[in-house]
Amino acid sequence: MNKIADNRAWWLVLPVFILVAFSALIPLMTVVNYSVQDIFGPGSAYFVGTEWFEEVLGSDRLQDSLGRQFLFSGAVLAIQIPLGIGIALMMPTTGKRASLCLILLAIPLLIPWNVVGTIWQIFGRGDIGLFGWGLNQLGMDYNYTSSTVDAWLTVLLMDVWHWTPLVALLCYSGLRAIPEAFYQAAEIDRASNWAIFRYIQLPRLKSVLVIAVLLRFMDSFMIYTEPFVLTGGGPGSSTTFLSQTLTTMAIGQFDIGRAAAFSLIYFLIVLLVSWLFFTAITHLDRQK
Amino acid sequence: MAEIQLKSLAHSYSKNPAGPEDYAIRQMSHVWHKGGAYALLGPSGCGKSTMLNIISGLLAPSEGDVLFDNVRVNELSPKDRNIAQVFQFPVIYDSMTVYDNLAFPLRNAGQPKAKIKVKVEEIAAILELEPVLHKKAKGLTADEKQKVSMGRGLVRDDVSAILFDEPLTVIDPQLKWKLRRKLKQIHEQFNITMVYVTHDQLEASTFADKIAVMYGGQIVQFGTPRELFESPNHTFVGYFIGSPGMNLVEVSREDGGVRFDDTFVPLSETLCDHIERVGSSNLKLGIRPEFIQVTDHASDDTHECAVRDVEDLGTYKIVTLMLGDRVIKARVSEDQDTEAATLHVAFPRQWLKLYIDEYLVEEQAE
Repeated sequence: MNKIADNRAWWLVLPVFILVAFSALIPLMTVVNYSVQDIFGPGSAYFVGTEWFEEVLGSDRLQDSLGRQFLFSGAVLAIQIPLGIGIALMMPTTGKRASLCLILLAIPLLIPWNVVGTIWQIFGRGDIGLFGWGLNQLGMDYNYTSSTVDAWLTVLLMDVWHWTPLVALLCYSGLRAIPEAFYQAAEIDRASNWAIFRYIQLPRLKSVLVIAVLLRFMDSFMIYTEPFVLTGGGPGSSTTFLSQTLTTMAIGQFDIGRAAAFSLIYFLIVLLVSWLFFTAITHLDRQK
Repeated sequence: MAEIQLKSLAHSYSKNPAGPEDYAIRQMSHVWHKGGAYALLGPSGCGKSTMLNIISGLLAPSEGDVLFDNVRVNELSPKDRNIAQVFQFPVIYDSMTVYDNLAFPLRNAGQPKAKIKVKVEEIAAILELEPVLHKKAKGLTADEKQKVSMGRGLVRDDVSAILFDEPLTVIDPQLKWKLRRKLKQIHEQFNITMVYVTHDQLEASTFADKIAVMYGGQIVQFGTPRELFESPNHTFVGYFIGSPGMNLVEVSREDGGVRFDDTFVPLSETLCDHIERVGSSNLKLGIRPEFIQVTDHASDDTHECAVRDVEDLGTYKIVTLMLGDRVIKARVSEDQDTEAATLHVAFPRQWLKLYIDEYLVEEQAE
């Protein structure tokens, strides 16, 4: 068969190209453009090369918040993934109780970020908040506005409350997809509950866990609203995470060049770590 | 190893069974003796798998008891019954290697590593799984997967019984035959009670010493392949076993015998009395196609039939005959002449079986 080459077909790709250009390429390139210039005002911009990148990478502010960010995301993953799997395993599989559990689990996911921050800000207060007041009544000296540890724990607890349900729901759907025959075979093979979990459920949860880990990593790495509302980044800068540092720099100080360089570095870190996670998890399989 | 006894067992999948048609297994009792190789034969949907799942403990019977060596095990899980079961469709743990798959049941039982290794390698050798032993189970062919699935049942030599639920369905015919031989060998070697569910009579008779034929949720006959063939005690067994199945002709009672159309078949006095006593009008005569004598000349005890069809199956021929308006099939040898438009058939008395209400009336009862 003779294929007739007609290059006009390329015009058909144009709509997608335009869409992607406006939604991703042009904004990204604008940021790249800013990041290599020092802009004093309209018409007075100077090319500075990699100077902003060097400065941002060398600054204590970035390094500190980057460290905090990794610590936070690490803690989030370490708590939420096992907890989510655990909740999914304990949930009833059929009937009204299953529906009820699903609804209860979904509620935190439906609440807007800043509302979550506000809820926990009030919840944790020592005078009128049930949580803070309760802890104080129990004799614990809890105050998230003055103690770094308390602030950290509260932010973590808030994130766990807000996002563990997502992990649980993903795992729940993954567990439901395992055919009954596997459980029957495992029962016949006299597998303990642990062996069933380790050799049947966990391997079959892998694909949903990849999604859960990636989503939770990216979201927690970019967290902004909730800690901003809850603690404002304090006490001191103990709960100031990367995105907040960036916002302060870009909007508060109107330092566009430096903020652009920061954004690019931020973006590359998220991309890199997500890629690492993805490759690591998908390669576990092919080792043998 | 254990003797498995089913005592007035019945099972229904609905919570409030209204009548017998709601039961997958109708009330019955049965014993699978220690160390036997048994087949459970029946058409799809007759309750074979249900019975297997009840024996293994995956399913709790709605009525009756399951006894292992005279101990009631109704409430015990499959784990505690120590029973192995191989399913119709292979279940493999695809995150593990073939070796780990086979070792899984032994590891769960906490057996020492060295013993596991010996046992797994032994079974892998029997099932010819050695070349793939250290491969991931995920990439195996359907045949290999089913062999792994079977192997997991066979590695455990301390089990009460091994149950096979049509394990060779997905396997190609040549390998099927080989694996069936293997199973038989394993049975002879380890002397484990084995129950093999199938809807294929050939499979059943090559594997088992004794076959239980199941129909409509009940075991209608339990016997050797020969017994099932020569004296099926239910019309279903006659029809289901053998190829083609038994010829069954509805007959009516008459003094001194039974009659269909113009044909009168004399019966012994005791049989006649028996028919009289039961008083049922559901009477059938049955004879295997193999036992019908076909000749081309008439004699005293022959009946004339029109030949409708001759199927040549290579080593024998199946002749379809019209006796009046009844269809009768006969199996004749390859060299017999069947060209004629009419043939004459005789029904040897000893192979003519009488069924009242679908059940055989035994000659011994005479």
